[in-house]
Amino acid sequence: MQSKDTRFFRIIAFIIIISIAIICLLPVLLVISGSFTSESSIIKYGYSLIPKEFSINAYKLVFKSAESIGNAYLVTVSVTVIGTLIHLVLAFMTAYALSRKDFQWRNIIAFYILFTLLFSGGLVPWYILCVRYLHLKDTFFALLQFNLVSAWSVFIMRTNIKQISEEIIESALMDGAGEFRILSQLIVPLSAASITTIALLTALTFWNDWSNAMLFINNQKLYPLQYLLYKILNSAEFMHAAIQRGAGISSVVAPRESVKMAVACIATGPIIFLFPFLQRYFVKGLAIGAIKG
Amino acid sequence: MIKPLERTGVWYPQVSSNKWKRKFKKNLVFLLMVAPTVIYFFIFSYIPMAGVYMAFTDYSFTGGIFGSKFIGLANYDALIITGDLLRITMNTLLYNLVFIFLSNLTAMFVAILFSELTGKFFKKVTQSLIFLPHFISFVIVGAFIYNTFNYEAGTLNTLLKTLHYEPVDVYSNEYIWPFILVFFNLWKSLGFYTLMYFAAIMGINTEYYEAAKMDGASIFAEIRYITLPLLKPTFIILVLLSLGSIMKGQFDLFYNIVGIAPINILRITDIIDTYVFRMATQGVNYSSAAAVGLYQSLIGFITIIVVNKLVKIRDPERSLF
Repeated sequence: MQSKDTRFFRIIAFIIIISIAIICLLPVLLVISGSFTSESSIIKYGYSLIPKEFSINAYKLVFKSAESIGNAYLVTVSVTVIGTLIHLVLAFMTAYALSRKDFQWRNIIAFYILFTLLFSGGLVPWYILCVRYLHLKDTFFALLQFNLVSAWSVFIMRTNIKQISEEIIESALMDGAGEFRILSQLIVPLSAASITTIALLTALTFWNDWSNAMLFINNQKLYPLQYLLYKILNSAEFMHAAIQRGAGISSVVAPRESVKMAVACIATGPIIFLFPFLQRYFVKGLAIGAIKG
Repeated sequence: MIKPLERTGVWYPQVSSNKWKRKFKKNLVFLLMVAPTVIYFFIFSYIPMAGVYMAFTDYSFTGGIFGSKFIGLANYDALIITGDLLRITMNTLLYNLVFIFLSNLTAMFVAILFSELTGKFFKKVTQSLIFLPHFISFVIVGAFIYNTFNYEAGTLNTLLKTLHYEPVDVYSNEYIWPFILVFFNLWKSLGFYTLMYFAAIMGINTEYYEAAKMDGASIFAEIRYITLPLLKPTFIILVLLSLGSIMKGQFDLFYNIVGIAPINILRITDIIDTYVFRMATQGVNYSSAAAVGLYQSLIGFITIIVVNKLVKIRDPERSLF
């Protein structure tokens, strides 16, 4: 039987947590609702939680100008998939090597990687290096390079690998297995949890990236999704042009605000749909990581 | 020579040169594994470090980094005299301090509440909702801010108009923005931090609570005397680690929420990272931008070293190095 205190506390907790959850959800609902509202209703009544005048005009328009969005989707998906794969492979290999006491230079390399977290040359030298000396402007690689591997991933994975008992590796070595074989057939399956977590975090980083496109991409065919959205939101001319090209209607009557919201929904769509599933792994992985410190 | 292999406790007859060769071959394999990463960091992290030389030059396109005229600390003169350097430093530091303490305290509070709740389904759903903002990119948040606060059709002003109040032009009032920024930083980071504290709470031995219950402690007493003290180490470590990167602002947050703003708002919301980014993309004064970058990295470096020493004293396991 719960004491009165506990019951009171639980009710308050319930109320507070629900309020917070609603606040977290609210912005998302407003954007979704805005995308399904008719433009005239937005101009007259502003945005609201439930569309005052339901309309899918915004989406219709977006799909008419589908070319740029489809392109952006292609770019973002490829960047995310390729980038995440490379990141995982690189980080995991490195983490494994750093976890092995047999590796003579593991401490030096670990410090070498750690140092990049402590000091950096700054945005400008990096930018000049990429543009002027590496000629990365308007290349697909420019969207990948910022996160091909990260010190955090390496260290988190290293901590996780270290938890695997050495005996397993020893006995595999006794049986004559090579290091790469041990890595791929033994360690990877055992580290599935941490790999998944890092994979999700990395994929999210790639998916949501827009600043690299802003720095390096001028070719509209290479715009990733979030950058396209950014441009549409912040440059009226850009949107007018895109709409006119696609739908052939005069910009005076063209929906603007609702289209912005529609594009926002389309840009985040996959994440929102996958989110419930992703969240479970994410939370599990983080919780394990958090407890182990 | 007969040497024992310590770990397996088996005695193997070894010839010295053979062992050395095998060891070298083994290290070669590991070297191969770390090679791509090492090369990557060399190109994209270490080489740019040489570029800090730019901070001391008057960069020109023809000269490049090393061919431009050397002007010593002159770049910093302009930044200091205009007050820019101080302003963006203060903004960066103050916002970060508020972010760190607010996020951690709120998350701890929410985590405690959460841990006392029952109802698996309810917990799962609310946890998902609280985590949702983490997945939303700031570009979308920018869209939301715009559609809430814009003068003509924003939700806020629509609400005010229906209540027969005057609409507010948020975009010209600079004092609201710090609150907007703090709120959205909290909105986005709450899920993450709450999870950290929740995991820590789960790690507390239930025997403590059982003993307390037997002694007739109320739930408030339990929290005050068991949960909070045991969360203190986690809190301190998380705060310290965050303080280590206090010179680094959240670029995405500031750039997208504020958007293209008039100068008076920029004065209150510009941080080091957005300032440098703006200068780099507007492409006029690269050397000043590089100077600010060096300043940020140098101070950040010192900060992290100091903080790491502090963390080491408290909890050596959690220190970075």
